[in-house]
Amino acid sequence: MFANFGYGTLVLTFILALYSIFASLFGYFRKNQQWVESARLSMQLTFPLLSLTSASLIYLLVTGDFNVKFVYEVTNRAMPLYLKLTSWWGGQAGSLLFWSWLMSAFATAVTLRKWDRDREFLPWVVIVSSVTMAFFMGLNLFFENPFETFWQTFDGKIVPALIAPARSIPFTAPDGQGLNPLLRHPGMIIHPPMLYLGFVSFVIPFAFAIAALVTGRTDDRWIRITRRWALWAWLFLSLGLVLGGRWAYDVLGWGGYWGWDPVEIAAFMPWLSGTAFLHSVMIQEKRGLLKHWNMILIVLTYALVIFGTFLTRSGVLSSVHAFAQSAIGPSFFTFIGVTFVVSIALLLWRWADLKSEAQMTSMLSREALFLLNNLLFMGILVVCFWGVIFPLLSELVTGSKVTVGPPFYERATGPLFAALVLLMGIAPLSAWGHSTWKTLGRAIWKPLTVALLFTAAATTYLLLNHANNEYLIYSIIGFGVVFVTACVTLYEFWRAARARSRAQKENFFLALWRLAGRNRRRYGGYTIHLGVVLMALGIIGIEMFQTETQRTMKIGESIEIAGYTIRYDSLAQFEHTDGRWVTRAEVSVFRGGEFLGTLAPRYDMYPDGQPMTIPGVRSTIQDDLYVLLVNWEGVNSQVAPFKVYHNPLVNWLWLGAIIFIFGTLVAAWPEADPEPVALRPRSAAAQPSAAD
Amino acid sequence: MSPSPRIKFVLGGLLILAAVVYLIFSSTQASAQYFLTVDELNDKASSMVGRDVRVSGAIVGDSITYDPNTLELKFTVAHVTGDNAEIETLGGLAAVLHQAVIDPSRGRLQVVYVGVKPDLMRNEAQAIMTGKMGADGVFHADELLLKCPTKYEQAVPEQAQ
Repeated sequence: MFANFGYGTLVLTFILALYSIFASLFGYFRKNQQWVESARLSMQLTFPLLSLTSASLIYLLVTGDFNVKFVYEVTNRAMPLYLKLTSWWGGQAGSLLFWSWLMSAFATAVTLRKWDRDREFLPWVVIVSSVTMAFFMGLNLFFENPFETFWQTFDGKIVPALIAPARSIPFTAPDGQGLNPLLRHPGMIIHPPMLYLGFVSFVIPFAFAIAALVTGRTDDRWIRITRRWALWAWLFLSLGLVLGGRWAYDVLGWGGYWGWDPVEIAAFMPWLSGTAFLHSVMIQEKRGLLKHWNMILIVLTYALVIFGTFLTRSGVLSSVHAFAQSAIGPSFFTFIGVTFVVSIALLLWRWADLKSEAQMTSMLSREALFLLNNLLFMGILVVCFWGVIFPLLSELVTGSKVTVGPPFYERATGPLFAALVLLMGIAPLSAWGHSTWKTLGRAIWKPLTVALLFTAAATTYLLLNHANNEYLIYSIIGFGVVFVTACVTLYEFWRAARARSRAQKENFFLALWRLAGRNRRRYGGYTIHLGVVLMALGIIGIEMFQTETQRTMKIGESIEIAGYTIRYDSLAQFEHTDGRWVTRAEVSVFRGGEFLGTLAPRYDMYPDGQPMTIPGVRSTIQDDLYVLLVNWEGVNSQVAPFKVYHNPLVNWLWLGAIIFIFGTLVAAWPEADPEPVALRPRSAAAQPSAAD
Repeated sequence: MSPSPRIKFVLGGLLILAAVVYLIFSSTQASAQYFLTVDELNDKASSMVGRDVRVSGAIVGDSITYDPNTLELKFTVAHVTGDNAEIETLGGLAAVLHQAVIDPSRGRLQVVYVGVKPDLMRNEAQAIMTGKMGADGVFHADELLLKCPTKYEQAVPEQAQ
């Protein structure tokens, strides 16, 4: 009953979305506000309806109705409640519904705002949101129906279908397949919703961009309206990517966090264009420049969001994550093609209207550096896109598939990322308009000197201890740019807070707090940069200085790595309450004879035959000691194989990510009331940073 | 815009474009690997010796042996077509993998891998291996990836009783 109800509400919502599109079009071209209003209301109705659809599916999942194919695929009796709830996005059909539901939620939220100043945008925002929603609902309705049920035909076959096939009766399986245990990690539960939130949120700025193009209101109004949407979208996307990396590190047992898998890249590409967009719009707001860029970037982001969803669904590329192939591939491809072509056509139509309001004269000016920022991000995007497309291209052209792996991405994007980190350090000190090396030099020489000192110290340390490392020179460059940017960013904080504390006679830290509160965007941004720099530190550590070793040991024996000694103490085997068979080893960690603690790497075998290797990890600020109990068939508590990774500096990656997220929250928070102008502090030395 | 600054910007942009193109091409050349099926690799075996390639195949469960002392994992993979359309018509990836393993006349490849045995390793799993073909006809894998099983084609439940 619930399955039919769910399906019914889905069909109804689909029709409503189609109505919204046509009513908006009609209302816009006939200049009839009532039709537009009707479209807006019907779009708002999609949210409660889709909530009913989703609630039906969740009910079926939670009650374990194994007559429904999707419920059979992603749940089983043994799963706890919270996992049954989150299995909504544990499979293709459910996650497509989840996408639609999120889209309806955001579209409704947008239509609830005050539209007085921007009436002409409304119909187009409704159209774009409804088209996107209708597409995803269409996929559910025509290709991947979450409400399909099983039927047993007269000849004993079991068939999934929406409507009963001839001469068949409903069939309910005794139990479901259940979610892959690898997905039962907190990170894996939040990671898909975070990514989808990011993806779906980016549709809103895109909708406004299209509205701006169609209506000819190509000033920065659309950017100002969607500024916070874009920032929140970016926050969720970033969080989703970081969580995916953390999950991989915790549970996949290969000592890494990012494999340059096509599906990882699929989610990374919209992040790249989205980050460029977030920065580039500031230049349009402040100087009326880079207008074409902003349109291109948001159109690209939308296309990449849909493309990202497409890559994980169509099985076009073989990757560890790829969802099973199905017929929805061509639909995605067509949708992306059509929307991209229409967007570009609109852009070309309005090209002249997007003329810059000012000129870029100096290559070292802030606006020029932001242009460079766009170019670097696009460069990385092109590299990623190339790497992902290359196997398909090579197959088309040469007949055999040629792939590229992590070495390609690392080699090609490494220099670009390093340039970006350096740019993060230089750009905040740049001035608008006329700039020379001299003016920039004056602004930067103090933090630059400190950074050079740190780099010299790091280089000395590296030459003494890691002279044989094949990445030595790259790590020195990497540390160099990290130190420059860290010093510049901290210097900016310090300089402004000191000036303010002097002018206001405030305590330094209070001044810092008030400063950040008054200009959340800038100081939130600086905090994010600081977070990125720390993440870069962690990445350099683990990518260039990771070491590993493996050994099969008897109880009492030890394995050594990076100055640590790991002694195999004991092994225990037992059955866990959820039915899995756990093999758990205990090892003791020593360094220089000093006992540091015990770790418990383990190997779980789930009832369905799915094994999982969980490392024992000792995390400190300077490194991770990552110990794996290698799985093997057969029980032998006397001898066990271990693999150990030493990951220097890796926790800076996670710490940096936390600071990064914190900074984004600061930047996204609504602005506090500005203080009276008379009390604004002016810094005596160096270039003033961009005026607000 | 006066000509001088414009030229500067255009040149700068071209420079970056050139840098990116250079990075892409040099990295592709350095790291591109053929992605072959078992049959393709066996056909080209002699010319592939010592070259970095990527191969995919269906794991034959019975053939999996693992020596925990040396961490040497040996197994055989059966040929699976690389053509997605063909996989579709044959009934989906799970069915194709199953067919590959039970068909005795299917092309096979012996693989050797030293390291941690992956959790997803089992009969009929799809393995994607990167490594070099040895002169002895055995594939020496440096990297072993296994496909995430939840995402296999709609599995139909077994009939009850």
